[in-house]
Amino acid sequence: MTWAIENYDRLAVALGEHVVLVVTSLVLSLVIAFPLGIWTARRPALYVAAMAMTGVLYTIPALALFALLIPFMGLGKVPAITALVLYSLLILVRNIAIGIREVPAELIEAADGMGYGKGGRLLRIELPMALPVIVAGIRITVVTQIAVATVAAYINAGGLGDIIFQGITQDFGEKIAAGAVLTSLLAIAADEALKRVERRLRAATSERL
Amino acid sequence: MLGDVLAWLADHPQAFEAAAARHVALSATALAAALVLALPLALVLVRWDRAAGPAIAAVNVLRTIPSLALLAAALPLVGTGFLPSVIALTLYGLPAILINTHTALREVDPDVVEAGRGQGMTDRQVMARIRIPLGLPVIFAGIRTAAVQIVSAATLAAFIGGGGLGELITAGMGTLNIAELVLGGLAVAVLAVATELIFAALEWGVRRSTGAAA
Repeated sequence: MTWAIENYDRLAVALGEHVVLVVTSLVLSLVIAFPLGIWTARRPALYVAAMAMTGVLYTIPALALFALLIPFMGLGKVPAITALVLYSLLILVRNIAIGIREVPAELIEAADGMGYGKGGRLLRIELPMALPVIVAGIRITVVTQIAVATVAAYINAGGLGDIIFQGITQDFGEKIAAGAVLTSLLAIAADEALKRVERRLRAATSERL
Repeated sequence: MLGDVLAWLADHPQAFEAAAARHVALSATALAAALVLALPLALVLVRWDRAAGPAIAAVNVLRTIPSLALLAAALPLVGTGFLPSVIALTLYGLPAILINTHTALREVDPDVVEAGRGQGMTDRQVMARIRIPLGLPVIFAGIRTAAVQIVSAATLAAFIGGGGLGELITAGMGTLNIAELVLGGLAVAVLAVATELIFAALEWGVRRSTGAAA
């Protein structure tokens, strides 16, 4: 424990870098996934194609994806964030599309009957009703991105993975343990927090019905 | 660039084959170990409901731990090499199999279980003749997830001396050899996608042979 206590500032900086990496990627992912999810929600053929493509991306192991991005993007935060965004698309697009598709048909009809345009219906009915499913997707995405961001330290993107890799190179068990425990705690805390948000949204949505 | 990659492969066939064989050996051993641990444990938890809640909660926490953290944590605890990598990969693959198997066995249609009991089946017979056959597709879905996760995380075994295709990537990075780096990346990507497809085909076969509608 002494190393971790004496170097808490370094751990805090690494933690901060890690969070910034994940939050930046999450925002970019959402900017890409929302239009894709909305577009494919009621177009089955497009949806299947989007799932096949993002599914292959999701299956490629993190270190392999970094290796394939390096010739084009070099090292650092750019390839790291690119990989984090590519990983997030399967789950986010899927959950946004499913969330919209599963809005009860009566509600859609009622919205149309009340004279909502397509845009109004999307913003006031479909997306709010889909929110719990979308947040469930965000939860899985954040946990995945925290894990992948750890590996991203290998291509000089910083973050908590840096502490782990330094520990491995220096053969310093306590440093490895500090990095591993902190990444795990970050992932578990994010998962738990978003699980609560999801539960609360689910309760609120079912109350409205 | 693809030309350089193929040229490197032609010059170093043994290095590539050894890394690929090691990757498959690491993954297969870990998957087998995860099955040996998770399947019986799931059977026990279906019968022993009071332990199921805490056990599943613990496994859910394990599932959240990043793969690199799990592999790195093996280093100070059990050292470097093949066995520590297998131990970490086994733990990494365990949650998907355990959770799917437990859910599959527990959530079999209660009417079918009741019908079996009505015919005088014992608990053991209900398990062997009803719960396991009907749960097989979901159990296989868990095995598929675990297999892909393990093959994927096995890339990181290179960092703790476990070898595998990740070593082409780390060696390529170390010597700034882009051809070796990209070959490693491509090989790992192909292996992961192939694993997904092979296990999806197996799962599809099981689904068809059990005639499960779900």
